[in-house]
Amino acid sequence: MTKRDLIDEIVRLHPTFSRRDAEVVVNSVFESMTEALCGGDRIEIRGFGSFVVKQRKAREGRNPKTGEIVAVAAKRVPFFKVGKELRLRVDGGEDGEGHSAGGENGNAEVETAPRAAAYPART
Amino acid sequence: MTKADLVERIYDRVGFSKKEAAEVVESIFEIIKVRLEAREKVKISGFGNFVINEKRPRKGRNPQTGDEIVISGRRVLTFKPSQVLKRTINTPS
Repeated sequence: MTKRDLIDEIVRLHPTFSRRDAEVVVNSVFESMTEALCGGDRIEIRGFGSFVVKQRKAREGRNPKTGEIVAVAAKRVPFFKVGKELRLRVDGGEDGEGHSAGGENGNAEVETAPRAAAYPART
Repeated sequence: MTKADLVERIYDRVGFSKKEAAEVVESIFEIIKVRLEAREKVKISGFGNFVINEKRPRKGRNPQTGDEIVISGRRVLTFKPSQVLKRTINTPS
């Protein structure tokens, strides 16, 4: 799905909006989010996830081709953490392969422990 | 910034009622969620891509007790920020 498909879907769901209106809203949403992140603000969309900006220190890197040492400048990188509702919805498919509710190891006891280990609490 | 703040900004920028703005913002995230649930990649140009990855089961350890456990296979969502977003965030305004 691309941004254009998203706009089409909005028009279909909200017939009172023109395509132009839907375009403006969708663009405004992502522009507003970008602005918030630029200002160092954290975005939290309940049921979806949160976006934060992390600071990366300057470091010495290497050109993997030549092995040369290059200076990598300090930078800010956007980071997304999926929210609980969406995390569960994404993982909750119906084919047993590759999701935690099914498979050979899918007994209830095993399930809670690995989840806790895979998503350690962060401070 | 929360969803309510986002609605407020949209409402300020566009000539819709607050109720309309709230409904559309809600729809946007719901549509994205439905597509991701169907394992579809969602690409927002200028912002980034939301991608579903399949993880195979692997061995791990409980960091508290050191017990070896099997981390079950799962499907996870990752966000790949676009070059534009990365650049914008690093441009002093």
